Amino acid sequence: MATPHPSPAQVAARTDARPAEVRTRGLVAGDAAAGGAPQEMTGAESIVRSLESVGVDTVFGIPGGAILPLYDPLMDSTKVRHVLVRHEQGGGHAASGYAHASGKVGVTMATSGPGATNLVTPLADANMDSIPMVAITGQVGASMIGTDAFQEADIVGITMPITKHSFLVTDPDEIPRTIAEAFHIASTGRPGPVLVDIAKSAMQARTTFSWPQEMRLPGYRPVTRPHAKQVREAAKLLATARRPVLYVGGGVVRAGACEALRRLVDVTGAAVVTTLMARGAVPDSHPQHLGMPGMHGTVPAVAALQKADLIVALGARFDDRVTGKLSSFAPHAAVVHADIDPAEIGKNRAVDVPIVGDLREVIGDLVPAVEAEHAAVGRPDLAAWWHQIDGWRETYPLGYTATADGLLAPQHVITRLGELAGPEAVYVAGVGQHQMWAAQFIRYEHPRTWINSGGLGTMGYAVPAAMGAKVGRPDATVWAIDGDGCFQMTNQELATCVINDIPIKVALINNSSLGMVRQWQTLFYEERYSNTDLHTGHGTQRVPDFVKLADAYGAVGIRVERESDVDDAIKRANEIDDRPVVVDFTVSRDAMVWPMVAAGVSNDDIQYARGISPAWDREE
Amino acid sequence: MSRHTLSVLVENRPGVLTRVAGLFARRAFNIHSLAVGPTEHEEISRITVVVDVVEDLPLEQVTKQLNKLVHVIKIVELTPEESVHRQLLLVKVRADAQTRSGVLEVVNLFRAHVVDVVPDTVVVEAVGTDAKLDALVAALEPYGVREIVKSGTLAVGRGSRSITDRALERVRSA
Repeated sequence: MATPHPSPAQVAARTDARPAEVRTRGLVAGDAAAGGAPQEMTGAESIVRSLESVGVDTVFGIPGGAILPLYDPLMDSTKVRHVLVRHEQGGGHAASGYAHASGKVGVTMATSGPGATNLVTPLADANMDSIPMVAITGQVGASMIGTDAFQEADIVGITMPITKHSFLVTDPDEIPRTIAEAFHIASTGRPGPVLVDIAKSAMQARTTFSWPQEMRLPGYRPVTRPHAKQVREAAKLLATARRPVLYVGGGVVRAGACEALRRLVDVTGAAVVTTLMARGAVPDSHPQHLGMPGMHGTVPAVAALQKADLIVALGARFDDRVTGKLSSFAPHAAVVHADIDPAEIGKNRAVDVPIVGDLREVIGDLVPAVEAEHAAVGRPDLAAWWHQIDGWRETYPLGYTATADGLLAPQHVITRLGELAGPEAVYVAGVGQHQMWAAQFIRYEHPRTWINSGGLGTMGYAVPAAMGAKVGRPDATVWAIDGDGCFQMTNQELATCVINDIPIKVALINNSSLGMVRQWQTLFYEERYSNTDLHTGHGTQRVPDFVKLADAYGAVGIRVERESDVDDAIKRANEIDDRPVVVDFTVSRDAMVWPMVAAGVSNDDIQYARGISPAWDREE
Repeated sequence: MSRHTLSVLVENRPGVLTRVAGLFARRAFNIHSLAVGPTEHEEISRITVVVDVVEDLPLEQVTKQLNKLVHVIKIVELTPEESVHRQLLLVKVRADAQTRSGVLEVVNLFRAHVVDVVPDTVVVEAVGTDAKLDALVAALEPYGVREIVKSGTLAVGRGSRSITDRALERVRSA
């Protein structure tokens, strides 16, 4: 092929050659039968054939007027399974959960207008968390575009700021190439969501289909090979630093670089922290792993970054939730920043050694480079550093206190869930207190076993994303850990799960409130609880009654109010495999997430628990 | 604050200008002026954007974000020393029998042209840098400026090198 971009077949060959660890991949096993002479068909049929040819096995979507022509041939496809969701937002998050769990591109479909605008939130979510996703939307007929036609919305215009790229297709002949390009863009470089908006008239028109397609993307050239000199510079710093920390972000998981990272952790002897998006990238059982940094990170992880003399950021982006007040973040640290996206490097924090490249290659090159430095100058003595870190670990371990009201502690529920469901299960969270506790109290041992909405913070993510994760990894036990607020935003997808035999489990951390907002009201708004009471828990009318709701959906509903019932309920849920289970853990509403760095405050001012700040060693 | 001129070579496709302009807006970069037009190659359009850069949002961040747009092929910064910068100005000035000779004197001084005449006004066309055009407008001001229209800055590097050559190879081979 004349193109500098790999053909789908080439991409498939390259990714399949790396079976050990799943990395984000777009184009899986190509459709061999598709090659050969162009075939005549409708645009709609061409879409289905294109999706089959890029290796799509599952689509989450809902039909409607403008996309109806596509749903007709889709009915006959033996390769593409369409899961009929109950809301387009659910379809989008399901595609995201599928992508996150499997490493493949998630696909969602919606009709024009309101169908498409309901995808705005999942697209923004996927864009923030670099999720490879393709959204296909129907658009009104080409001659109607711009006339305010029924169910017309300029979805390409609406989603321009929240997609990696987008296409509007009005010529049916462009369908196969556009779909090939969309999957290529979504899955390569820094992954992200791509929207393909296709006019109804293009679906109905006759066209020819051929595969493979040559892509025409002259402006799209992600740099994957890191600069050797930069890698050597980074290795030099790593070999001489006295207080090194590897700051690991979600990019490591996307790149499938966790195995390589393990070697780097072992070779360097450095401390390692995993961000909210990277939980599981390094096993929590690894002795050098200090846990999650940031606003609700562990004291050792936050302190290690603050006191570090070298931070090696790998696929992380110095998010404000990690750095706290940026100007006082890690004041003594030199910074090595490696990322596939050059725009992330130096965006928030000045960098000493920038490395642009695929993290799998970057880390793969760093390991021998550090070893070479060790051979030349010896291994650095990190004993004093580890002594200091161990002091923090001993004094400020992650923990919680019993609830003042004597009601069930949410942290206990989540801790036991992690222990009983184990590290092989996939955990999917919504957004809020339950998400933070799930990030803190579950011990992750593998990448892609922790799925959540990190950047956008999308409440309601858990149930549909868990559904997608279960479809992507049908043999895994998938637990959604959700809040009562989040659950009420998207629980309609339980219907999808029941009807389509997708037996997810939901641990509902029901504190009868918008818990994280309530926590901030407790801390910063004089306990004035403005509009955070949801009336779903203890001493309320329980609207809705989540056990009855589960029952109404044909799922199993279990209520747990006492600590002594927690284990039995989790075990019972783990044994049910023929339908979804919702366990309504009715917990205390006063439990709070600790440690905490208040927004806009220096990480030095982290509070271990309310009103308790660590006493930093004065010798610094 | 500093001012920079970027030449952005983009694929000649619908919606490209929206993507570029939208990126500036949502990343909080300030566009001072913008000019778009075709190049010697039909596949490529050229956007000349003059951007005001503040300290905490460096130019590098602007170009890196622009480079991520799939339809952006190449970005070159054109410094004042190594490139030629021009704007086009059309200005409608009051010029009756008494004042016309004064107006024309200013026009000649600035090597501008009159492109339209009616009994009480003239339209003056001038090409130049920001500074020259500002000086011209200031000189015409006393006569009564009725309307000003100014193009975005266009810029091209000095010397024989072309920034479109290699970009074109990329487009044609893709």
